[in-house]
Amino acid sequence: MTDVDKIRADFPILKHKIYGKDLIYLDNAATTQKPQVVIDSIAKYYSELNSNVHRGVHFLSDKATTAYENSRSRIATFINAKNSYEIIFVRGTTEAINLVANGYGNEFVKEGDEVIVSYLEHHSNIVPWQMLCQRKNAVLKVIPVNDDGELIIDEYKKLLSEKTKIVAVGHTSNSLGTKNPVKEIIELAHNSGAVVLIDGAQAVQHTKVDVRELDADFFAFSGHKIYGPTGIGVLYGKEDLLNAMSPYQGGGDMIKNVSFELTTYNELPYKFEAGTPDICGSIVLGDAIEYVSQVGLDNISEYESELLKYGTDKLKEIDGFRLYGNAKNKASVISFLLEGIHPYDVGTILDKMGIAVRTGLHCTEPLMKRFGIPGTVRASFAMYNTKNEIDALVDGVKKAKKMLS
Amino acid sequence: MENTTIENIENEIVEEFSFFDNWEDKYEYIIDLGKGLKPMDAAFKTDGNKVAGCVSQVWLHTEIKDGRIYFNADSDAIITKGLVGLLVKVLSNQKPEDVANAKLEFLDKIGMKEHLSPTRSNGLVNMIKFMKRSAERYVNGIV
Repeated sequence: MTDVDKIRADFPILKHKIYGKDLIYLDNAATTQKPQVVIDSIAKYYSELNSNVHRGVHFLSDKATTAYENSRSRIATFINAKNSYEIIFVRGTTEAINLVANGYGNEFVKEGDEVIVSYLEHHSNIVPWQMLCQRKNAVLKVIPVNDDGELIIDEYKKLLSEKTKIVAVGHTSNSLGTKNPVKEIIELAHNSGAVVLIDGAQAVQHTKVDVRELDADFFAFSGHKIYGPTGIGVLYGKEDLLNAMSPYQGGGDMIKNVSFELTTYNELPYKFEAGTPDICGSIVLGDAIEYVSQVGLDNISEYESELLKYGTDKLKEIDGFRLYGNAKNKASVISFLLEGIHPYDVGTILDKMGIAVRTGLHCTEPLMKRFGIPGTVRASFAMYNTKNEIDALVDGVKKAKKMLS
Repeated sequence: MENTTIENIENEIVEEFSFFDNWEDKYEYIIDLGKGLKPMDAAFKTDGNKVAGCVSQVWLHTEIKDGRIYFNADSDAIITKGLVGLLVKVLSNQKPEDVANAKLEFLDKIGMKEHLSPTRSNGLVNMIKFMKRSAERYVNGIV
């Protein structure tokens, strides 16, 4: 059971007014708002803990290092990684993917090899692979989607071969909400000898993820989409793969010994954490995850599914409403258009009513082209949204339709 | 036809907007202006006429006739089309040097300031830059 009023009270920004109206924040797939514990934790770090990690012999440095490493362990537990050193702190999902595309891709992808992504991918899970393929003269293959926005697994099977070195797919689509059968995707890739990176940016805040149960080789997510700060994210990688990879960036902390002739690299996870990391963000992300765990991902998932169904049913009643993304298995995202009306216009009218949605391509240009549309209006729900807010969205969409038709 | 100055047109618009007491009326005006804008000939929808930095597509075609500059605009989003229509209303059929120097303070006065933020995705700022740059090129004799 989720007590949404109690949860809402934890998020100070939700009390704000926009153009004199209550803020209705439905852009959670872009970033989530932050609970007070997260905001307090940031202030607490700089008030009580601030010091550089892994370096000083002094009291504060030790305290900061302990908090930093404790957070790593918390995150490992959260996604059920075997070892905490399989958790690499990065800036976000984008950096995590770039790290693998470089560290793993440069080492193991050769000319003529293939990398598979899907039509549903965010640009951040397309471009780093495209760049890798260009560097290596490798080939990028794309899993197509059906009209409901689901991956066509039979087509995926046909793409797999001994040439496939990496499969990179999202767990959940940011623009359509489709939840992919990642366990099956991973198993099929492994049968072909490929490794799999799962972009979990739209997953971990909605549903329980167990990287070992999935048997994911790499799993990436961003802190700011799971109620944590911006600028911090996580790359999980299996120990043997991370060990086999070359470092992504050089600098302090990632080395064992440095000489002008030869540098030897540090062990995991530090090999991939060059320079002073986002210590505050890393620690606070642990607190954000603790908050989510306390509410309970099962509760969140159940409640958000209820919102999704409620919103979809209500919006469908509007004449000219066109839903994009009709997957059987779907996260709390409603991507839509009103017939004959540009998504930007709908978003502008909703904004004037205090309703924050995203309009446009959602960083998924190939997918929008696949559907032949100039983008969509996207409402994405989080644990603090309410049915009243969805009613306001429905009224807003009706009003936009009336004004713009 | 008698020519009126940019400032006069700006003042007329400000006066019209002074009768609106809510955002809905203002946006209805902008939307109507967008709907009323003469459709642009497909031949003018070239890459060179496309205004960069807008979420929706915006095209601006410029012509010079008898020392005056004329703009024709189009967009696939109606509010954007209305906003660019507002600029066309003020800046078309003017002397290029007046366009280049126009301050366009009316946008603030009619409560459209939020669209002038450089981070706003409708690109009103880019449209203004585009129109002024076109005018400057005529003033400087580049075209």
